[in-house]
Amino acid sequence: MEKKPSLPVRVLKGFAMFWWDFLVGDTPELFVAVVFTIGVVALLSLDGHFNVAAAIALPALAVVALALSLWRASRAARK
Amino acid sequence: MLVGAVFLACTVEMVEALTIVLAVGHTRGWRSALEGVGAALIALAALVAGFGPALVHVPLNWLRLVVGGVLLIFGMQWLRKAILRSCGLKAKHDEDEIYRRKVAELKAEDAAIGRDRVAFVVAFKGVFLEGLEVVIIVLTLGTSAHRLSLAIVVAAIAVVIVSTAGVVVARQLSRVPENAMKTSVGVLLVTYGTFWTGEGLKVTWPGNDVMLFVFVVLYAVVTWLLIQLMRRVHPNVNTVAP
Repeated sequence: MEKKPSLPVRVLKGFAMFWWDFLVGDTPELFVAVVFTIGVVALLSLDGHFNVAAAIALPALAVVALALSLWRASRAARK
Repeated sequence: MLVGAVFLACTVEMVEALTIVLAVGHTRGWRSALEGVGAALIALAALVAGFGPALVHVPLNWLRLVVGGVLLIFGMQWLRKAILRSCGLKAKHDEDEIYRRKVAELKAEDAAIGRDRVAFVVAFKGVFLEGLEVVIIVLTLGTSAHRLSLAIVVAAIAVVIVSTAGVVVARQLSRVPENAMKTSVGVLLVTYGTFWTGEGLKVTWPGNDVMLFVFVVLYAVVTWLLIQLMRRVHPNVNTVAP
C-alpha cells in the first residue's frame, strides 16, 4: 500500500496547487503575458529615460494579452 | 474606487458561496451547514490576521509590483470569463442550476445521524474557497493603497448584506446580475493591476491617481469592443458548458 504523505507535505502541496490554479490555471497565456509585460516595462522604466513609453506599453500590452487570450478561446470554440 | 472593487468582488463571491450553503442547509440540515460556515469564516479571518500585518512590512515598490502583477492576471481572467459569457462562448453562472445540482448531489449521499460530516465539509469548502479570493483581493488592494482596515470593513459589510439578502430571497440568487458585476470587478482589478505594476516599476503616471479613472474608461471601452467583436465572430454560437 502506498504511504500517505505527511501533513506538512500535503499542506505545502495544496498551497502550491492553489497558487498554480489561481495564477496559471487554464489561461497560461495570461500569466506569460503579464511576466513579459513586467519585463518590457522594467527595461523601459528603470533607466528613467523611457517613462512615457513605459506608461503607454503597460496598458497596451495588457489589452493585447486579453485580446490574444480571447482569440485563443475563440479558436478552441470553433474546433 | 477601492471600496467599489472590494464590495463588488466580495458580493459576487459571497453569492456563489451562499448558493452552496443554502443547498446544504435545505437538504442536510442547518446545524452542520452553519458550523461549516463558521469554521470557514474563522479560517479566513486567521489568514487576514496572519498575512495582513506581515504584508505591511514588505518594501512598498516590491509589494506594489507583486500585487499589481497578481491583480493584472486575476483581473484579466475575470474579464476574459465575463466577455466569453457575454457572447455565449461560456455558459453564464446560473445560481438556480448550481443550487439544483448541489441539492441532487447531497440527496444522493447517505443521510447522517447527529453531526453531518458531508454538510460540514461542503459548506466549509464552499465558503472557504470563495472567501479565499475575497481575502486575496482585500489584502492586495488594502495593503497597496494603505487602507487595509477600510477594505476589511467594506468586505464585512458586503458579507452581511449578501447574507441578509440570501436569507430573505432564499433561492432567487440567479436574479443577481452576476456577469455585469464580474465585468465591473474585472475592469477595476486590471485598472489597479496596471497602476500598481507601473508604480512598482517606478513608472511616473501623468496626473498620478487621475490615471486610475483613465484606465477604468480605457478597459471598459476595450471590454465592450471585444464583446462586440466576439459576437460578430461567433454570431450563432451555442452556449457551452461552464
